[in-house]
Amino acid sequence: MTAPVLEAKGLVKLFGRVIALDSVDLTLNPSEILAVIGDNGAGKSTLIKCLSGVLIPDAGKIFVNGREVRFRSPQDARRAGIETVHQVLAVAPALDIASNLFLGREIRRKGPLGSLLRMLDTSEMRRQSAAQIKSLGIGTLQNIGQAVETLSGGQRQAVAVARASAFGSQVVILDEPTAALGVRETGQVLKLIRDLRDTGKAVILISHDMPNVFELADRIHIQRLGARVAEISPKTHTMEDAVAIMTGARSGSISPA
Amino acid sequence: MTTATDGAASAALEEFLNRPPTVGQRVQSVLHGQPALSPAIVLILACVAFSLLSSHFYQLQNLSLVAQQVAVVGTLAAGQTLVILTAGIDLSVGAIMVLSSLVMAKLSYDQHVPGVLALLIGVAIALAAQAVNGVLVTRIKLPPFIVTLGMLSVFTALSLIYAKGQTVQLPPGAFLLWTGEIFSIGSVHLTWGVVLMVALYAVFAYALRFTAWGRHLYAVGDDAEAARLAGIRVNRVLLSAYLVAGVAVAVGAWVLVGRVGGGDPNSGLNANLESITAVVIGGTSLFGGRGVVLGSLIGALIVQVFDNGLALAGLDPNYQVLAVGLLVIAAVSVDQWIRKVRA
Repeated sequence: MTAPVLEAKGLVKLFGRVIALDSVDLTLNPSEILAVIGDNGAGKSTLIKCLSGVLIPDAGKIFVNGREVRFRSPQDARRAGIETVHQVLAVAPALDIASNLFLGREIRRKGPLGSLLRMLDTSEMRRQSAAQIKSLGIGTLQNIGQAVETLSGGQRQAVAVARASAFGSQVVILDEPTAALGVRETGQVLKLIRDLRDTGKAVILISHDMPNVFELADRIHIQRLGARVAEISPKTHTMEDAVAIMTGARSGSISPA
Repeated sequence: MTTATDGAASAALEEFLNRPPTVGQRVQSVLHGQPALSPAIVLILACVAFSLLSSHFYQLQNLSLVAQQVAVVGTLAAGQTLVILTAGIDLSVGAIMVLSSLVMAKLSYDQHVPGVLALLIGVAIALAAQAVNGVLVTRIKLPPFIVTLGMLSVFTALSLIYAKGQTVQLPPGAFLLWTGEIFSIGSVHLTWGVVLMVALYAVFAYALRFTAWGRHLYAVGDDAEAARLAGIRVNRVLLSAYLVAGVAVAVGAWVLVGRVGGGDPNSGLNANLESITAVVIGGTSLFGGRGVVLGSLIGALIVQVFDNGLALAGLDPNYQVLAVGLLVIAAVSVDQWIRKVRA
């Protein structure tokens, strides 16, 4: 078995007296989709915020390719090759698609225009954005210079996913990527997620949508009341099993796989 | 729950979604893409109207005068634009500018400090004051309105205390008065202060349009949390907005020295509110993230053109105040409408 690309051990996060994460372990292997499910308040979003550098865990360790890392900001996680699509879409509505894809890591022009005058290479960023959008098969995004606020919810989601997949060299984390989408758009995003895995990237998918989770995931991590209560395989467990463990009706085993 | 599925319903829906935009929606879309367009139209219409009312208005000498009169507020408005783009507001830039101009003039006149050094000290004061604004907003997390309201009082008081009720007149030819010196190209008579203002707008417009810093400023003003999640150091961007606005304040102070011929604690009292007016009329959204710096220059020019044009037409100058008030409300209404552009 290959070494895990991302590993978390004993993550703890407190918000005042609320225990959001209670010593959570997580393992993610290359080319796999790990689904994280759980009821509201189970700590799913807190968990991925710790893995993406948005929150700093109070205790516990995170390893990327076996090396311990300490993320103090989202930039640190990005530098380690971990990209996240947050539930609240982190896009700047007034900026165009290309600017959003490159937000925070813009390309400057070569030569003195770039180094001295810090001029952006807009055409190069647009070219790369168009190529990225095309490679993901998002045909509905035609004008790369279009402001993101003029896009539909699904198209915005596609922009966020495109950004994450373009720069996430190791891991792509998606928090409820289909929650706001219609049927057809959901289908597109699910295909994107599968494509990501097929290109060798590891994906963490947080979702409430059980059919989607069972269709996509290789393994399912179940959070309940801040702790990981089970890790199941969709091959050996049913949706009813997962819901029962999630709600506490049944206890699960941590490592069946 | 109903979802759009295949079949007749879906075809009808597609047709509805692909319906051609109405004239209103097209206008909305164009204004959305070009925030400086509506103020530019207002400025042109105002110029045409005042030209019809008075044959003096469109004379180059008169238009030169408008440009000279707009230099101080126009310069300040460039800085104000940066702060408003971050969804903030700065009530203190005017007071800081006045103190900075007083320091420049008094150091030069009373202490015989060389003009260049006096200028640099004035610049340092403007930058330091704006740094305090920025730190209070980003580190202590105070609302910009409150921070700058406090700084307005502090700096107004400091100016009065420092000036001891006196004004300073610098001798003709003093270095600091360079911004007030007039040069002529044919019938166009401009001050170097106008040139400084235009240069400042060019630099700001470039930085906002062509650098990553500019993109980040818009992103932070648009949605600070989203910008943070996207990996932008929001606090650093905010602080830089106040500091760079400080550059405009410093330039404004120098232009003010040239305009009043020295230092006057009672000069530029309305400059702060006028700078906000110029930015708002210029199409920059008070909610942040939208607008262009050029719009603020147009906004400042609109106010000045109304002032000048009404006087030349022999109308009560109080109509200018009335017109500007209506323009501010109209500009914010247009902004609200533009923001609801069709997805």
